[in-house]
Amino acid sequence: MFELLGIPPQALFGQLLLGLINGSFYAILSLGLAVIFGLLNIINFTHGAQYMMGAFVAWMCLNYLGVNYWAALLLAPVIVGFTGVVIERLFLSRIAHLDHLYGLLLTFGLALIIQGLFRNQYGSSGLPYQIPDALRGGYNLGFMFLPTYRAWVVVASIAVCLATWFMIEKTKLGAYLRAATENATLTQAFGINVPLLVTLTYGFGVALAAFAGVLAAPIYSVNPNMGADLIIVVFAVVVIGGMGSIMGAIVTGFSLGLVEGLTKVFYPEASATVIFIIMVLVLLVKPAGLFGRAA
Amino acid sequence: MADVLPADGSVTHAAAERDTASLHRNVMIGIAIALVIAPFVAYPVFVMKVLCFALFALAFNLLLGYGGLLSFGHAAYFGMASYVCAYAAKHWGLNPEFAILAGTGVAAILGLVFGSLAIRRQGIYFAMITLALAQMVFFFSLQTPRFTGGEDGIQAVPRGKLFGMINLADDRTLYWVVALIFMAGLLAFYRIIHSPFGQVCKAIRDNEPRAISLGYRANQYKLAVFVLSAMLAGLAGSTKAIVFQLASLTDVHWSMSGEVVLMTLVGGLGTIFGPIVGALVIVSMQNFLATLGAWVTVIQGVIFVLCVLLFREGILGVIAKWIKKPL
Repeated sequence: MFELLGIPPQALFGQLLLGLINGSFYAILSLGLAVIFGLLNIINFTHGAQYMMGAFVAWMCLNYLGVNYWAALLLAPVIVGFTGVVIERLFLSRIAHLDHLYGLLLTFGLALIIQGLFRNQYGSSGLPYQIPDALRGGYNLGFMFLPTYRAWVVVASIAVCLATWFMIEKTKLGAYLRAATENATLTQAFGINVPLLVTLTYGFGVALAAFAGVLAAPIYSVNPNMGADLIIVVFAVVVIGGMGSIMGAIVTGFSLGLVEGLTKVFYPEASATVIFIIMVLVLLVKPAGLFGRAA
Repeated sequence: MADVLPADGSVTHAAAERDTASLHRNVMIGIAIALVIAPFVAYPVFVMKVLCFALFALAFNLLLGYGGLLSFGHAAYFGMASYVCAYAAKHWGLNPEFAILAGTGVAAILGLVFGSLAIRRQGIYFAMITLALAQMVFFFSLQTPRFTGGEDGIQAVPRGKLFGMINLADDRTLYWVVALIFMAGLLAFYRIIHSPFGQVCKAIRDNEPRAISLGYRANQYKLAVFVLSAMLAGLAGSTKAIVFQLASLTDVHWSMSGEVVLMTLVGGLGTIFGPIVGALVIVSMQNFLATLGAWVTVIQGVIFVLCVLLFREGILGVIAKWIKKPL
């Protein structure tokens, strides 16, 4: 076997794949945050908890109802997205007229409640979730072993990201959404139901988080704390990419995952902090973020 | 935050201002008297805990209430100061006053570095950046067990002898020192927000473009108030390390940053004395509910939600409205 810079290719590509998977989650989650921020002007701190809820709903579907992975992949985002709709109607719509920092505080409180409730019910040691039969095993690519499930996660994430991009940038519904993001009052004056659009957008952003949670369930164990630390990394990703562009969020998410994977190979000690360090560098060089519009 | 905070610069009438000043003086005297009585009616360690967190919340509120900047990473300064103080007292054998100074100094330097990065962005991004930077400090603390003791933290920190003479091992003796530190912190805070510097900070908070057009370098003022806030948080963290003889990962965790936000929110954002009341309420609540485990998190979350939805002025904000004077 050949070696690259003294690193066996198995380890290198293995970590790159893992990085790509983390990047998928960063991309989907920061995409959801960006969509929500665009229309609601709040940073959804509950996003990490909703990602965790996605994984838990999939686990519950399997263990309580016997619903398999494929159905859960559809069902969990719908269910969690619906709880998002309820949260938007009950809480967020009431504080929409206030300073957006209150939105941050409110969603932080909701995240504490959700995570606390799940921790009380399921403990914090984590629950296993089996990889579905169709995605077991893997392919030997010669230079590395590619587990089928991991390949599936990357493909499914890219597909969902591109579908979201297409929907927002190329369809009529997306045009309404972009119009409302630009100027909500004027859009409403044209007869578009903006409050409904806001509710659905929040529900959709939350559903994206839940989808990422279902994808993550078989890789990481289903754990009440799985979203808590992840969301902070995703915040850093959002600061790096800026929330102005949908494609920007996707590209930033995947690339940072890859960078993190590479760091794990070459300097493992820094792998937990590398994204924060990149954030610092970006703030120094281009404070508005790589794809951001100057505030 | 401009539209949500009480515009305490709005009272222009000289008599009313004198009135407010004398009210504040009376409140300060009241706090001082309460501090003298407290150790005789309550458990001193509990009161010291409240005082440390009250100082921490004051520091946070200095930045939010008077700089208009919501930091979601204040645990970084609190926790890092706590580590440095504990390390200096235990491994270098420094006297407590120097250990506390070391912790506070490091927090100020950290504040200078993080502050100069975070003020490059505004509003919601500022909150996310401070949170991310604090998480970096958390990982640093987790990965350098030789300095921080890793999961165990730095335990059995000696309280030592103040100025090499006064033995602080006794809770009552230590209490008076902590009470003095707290009072000094409170007076410094009050002095800062009523100085010309504090007035300019408020002007920037309320209307940054206008302040800039008047010739103030807004970013320098923001950075200065950030450093002062980090320093005060560091003082609180260092004092906490001496009181509990412990510095641990809890102090640098994001949930600590959330707690200080909650204290300030409950007490009243942008009020002078609100954070003290908030700290008292939240620390008492944690003490009474300690046996409930993870439910404490849920209850804190519920308080967050209720405060934001129904009780945005906080306890002292409501009282200030009744008596029609800023508190």
